Amino acid sequence: MFRAHVLVCGGTGCVSSGSAKLIDLFKEEIEKQGLKDEVAVVQTGCHGLCAMGPIVVVYPDATFYAMVKEENVSEIVEEHLLKGRVVSHLVYKEESDAGENVKSLNDTDFYKKQTRVALRNCGVINPENIDEYIGMRGYEALGKVLTEMQPEDVIDTILKSGLRGRGGAGFPTGQKWKLARELVQDGGQKYVCCNADEGDPGAFMDRSVLEGDPHVVLEAMAIAGYAIGASQGYIYVRAEYPIAVERLKIAIGQAKEYGLLGENIFESGFSFDIDLRLGAGAFVCGEETALMTSIEGKRGEPRPRPPFPAVSGLYQRPTILNNVETWANIPQIILNGADWFASMGTEKSKGTKVFALGGKINNTGLVEIPMGTTLREVVEDIGGGVPNGKKFKAAQTGGPSGGCIPAEHFDVPIDYDNLTAIGSMMGSGGLIVMDEDNCMVDIAKFFLEFTVDESCGKCVPCRIGTKRMYEILDRITKGQGTLKDLDRLQELAAHIKDNALCGLGQTAPNPILSTLQYFHDEYVAHVVDKKCPAKVCRGLLTYTIIPEKCRGCTKCARNCPVRCISGTVKEVHTIDQEQCIKCGACMANCPFDAIVKE
Amino acid sequence: MSAAIPAPAQLPFQGTAEQEQQLRALIEEKRDDKGALMPILQGAQEIYGYLPVEVQKIIAEEMDVPLEKVYGVSTFYSQFSLTPKGKHQISVCLGTACYVKGSGLVLDKLKERLEIDSGECTPDREFSLDACRCVGACGLAPVMTIGDDVYGRLTVDQVDGILEKYKQQPHA
Ligand SMILES: Cc1cc2nc3c(=O)[nH]c(=O)nc-3n(C[C@H](O)[C@H](O)[C@H](O)COP(=O)(O)O)c2cc1C
Ligand code: FES
Repeated sequence: MFRAHVLVCGGTGCVSSGSAKLIDLFKEEIEKQGLKDEVAVVQTGCHGLCAMGPIVVVYPDATFYAMVKEENVSEIVEEHLLKGRVVSHLVYKEESDAGENVKSLNDTDFYKKQTRVALRNCGVINPENIDEYIGMRGYEALGKVLTEMQPEDVIDTILKSGLRGRGGAGFPTGQKWKLARELVQDGGQKYVCCNADEGDPGAFMDRSVLEGDPHVVLEAMAIAGYAIGASQGYIYVRAEYPIAVERLKIAIGQAKEYGLLGENIFESGFSFDIDLRLGAGAFVCGEETALMTSIEGKRGEPRPRPPFPAVSGLYQRPTILNNVETWANIPQIILNGADWFASMGTEKSKGTKVFALGGKINNTGLVEIPMGTTLREVVEDIGGGVPNGKKFKAAQTGGPSGGCIPAEHFDVPIDYDNLTAIGSMMGSGGLIVMDEDNCMVDIAKFFLEFTVDESCGKCVPCRIGTKRMYEILDRITKGQGTLKDLDRLQELAAHIKDNALCGLGQTAPNPILSTLQYFHDEYVAHVVDKKCPAKVCRGLLTYTIIPEKCRGCTKCARNCPVRCISGTVKEVHTIDQEQCIKCGACMANCPFDAIVKE
Repeated sequence: MSAAIPAPAQLPFQGTAEQEQQLRALIEEKRDDKGALMPILQGAQEIYGYLPVEVQKIIAEEMDVPLEKVYGVSTFYSQFSLTPKGKHQISVCLGTACYVKGSGLVLDKLKERLEIDSGECTPDREFSLDACRCVGACGLAPVMTIGDDVYGRLTVDQVDGILEKYKQQPHA
């Protein structure tokens, strides 16, 4: 047994900040100090607080070191591990902390309000070692299901728990399984699929589960296989997630070796296998019918439903598809019971939800909160508020299918139905905070550009409609819009919502509709006053030189790419507004703050 | 979809016999798998770095499917590239978290410095530039990757310095 464990985060965020090198250094240093038999170094999955990476946690006391650099390693080993003194200057401190106060992981504001169910093992176990998962009661739920429960009991438990799909739409998971079990009973093959395509740009909860706790997905898929009568599973994972793919491969190999996947699991007569399929960068492939077509090796275009996948899915056989986070809840529900799960959350949304908190917020990272937590608690208490004294403007949830929530709805309890009611949606869990420097018209345009790009082209409302909406937004941001354009946007949006073939098109207007609703003034400023209040839209900006401040250093003129600034040395310079391309190079280079943009 | 139709013979195909051998072996291995086309295209892109028409033709012939189908799948997914990539592949994240923190400005700067648009490759095949959607390191936004290196908390000012590092070193 080891007396201490050094957990080094191996999630994508921390690896990007250089954590892989730290692991080697810790091992070296620990060996040098003769602690090899006392202290273990473990690479874990994501701890959530990615902005503070690389993160190192030392157990048993859960001391939380943040932004650890290579040159800090010897100090931590010598002071903390050898002499037992916490290296307080490297310990993570919160904004609110007055100085020396050394906190362990769970006492920080960032973690205190969280409840970890889906992320339970992330950052705690070594994802490449099946024994550590088993040590956390891993595969116990599968054992229980196979040896003590009938398939119907499993489905009943999931139904009663109230679990709804975490991939966006919030369909009751138990219901989906029940249909797939009952509608077709011809004894033929059925399939269990995992949606790990994580298309919402700016969201990485699924990635963190796959990287930090891959076995939980495998276990849950096997449980579902037993429940619906399937012996084959597929995980459809984005190729952009190489670490996740690697860990899944390792996990599948280990599970097969242990007999937890494959033939006759737990001597129960039940067999289940899982294969990986890599996505290739098409957002629409996150949609269920498109995903299945893509697994078949074709262009991943969606098709009309019905027939629903529960009747005719992959290879025209009954198929269920669930999101990674949905899967991550399953074994816990089996072990702790439906009532335990249903005790968390709101009336119609049970359990917890993981959000990827990003954008203009102090604590960017992953947070898991009980349903019903307010946006205010997430942004202010857990997220630590907006940095640099800027003002909160909106939180965007639901990615390209969602909307922007303004400060007036700060106290709405987060659940599926509430978010839909205020014009956004839960989505898969991206939560991007925007401050006064973000232009809401520009943000709407950003999302529309995304949908235009990702529209598969099969149906006209989506292919052409989103393009027209984008063009209108583009005009508005260039100062060429009119009030009539705002009506046109509303009209087009309603039409596309009703007529598009799949969820991509049906939800594409949401970013426009929600910003039109809550930030109408900002649109009006663009089309009537020809101003961008957030000073983002280039076409609406003017750069001018304040004569009183200009010293005639010529730096602006030399940096202007179109040479539209005139003036001689030690004389006041002027910008030719006709020629100016509003690149901002002059302002960035002026040593005297003599240039303003309006 | 986002994969662009290749500009006609902009940069000539330079495949080797060895690469072709690898490709044929790959097809042999996967040919009978269900839904084999995608994994084969992914493998082929690993071998050649991209999927020129010459390679698509081999795949179509070997698998006995029409070239249109191979082309249809290759152009549907943005991960497949029909144009060659540079020795150093630059990818700027335009995911939401990065965008609100100004990654668009970083991309503009790179376009200006490399004198290419996104989706293109410099004539000396040193650098190629792409915009991507979320690499999953949103905590470090704005983010770009060059080969396997990840650069987070980027500012426009750092662009020149970073490019300089790659100009000096012969391989990524
Ligand atoms: C355009 C589009 C993209 C989607 N992308 C994803 C995705 O990336 N991940 C995901 O889990 N679900 C995504 N979904 C939802 C899936 O279609 C499906 O509802 C979900 O995977 C079902 O799993 P769940 O019930 O566990 O949520 C997407 C839907 C649409 C319409
Ligand atoms: S949005 Fe850029 S890494 Fe996620």
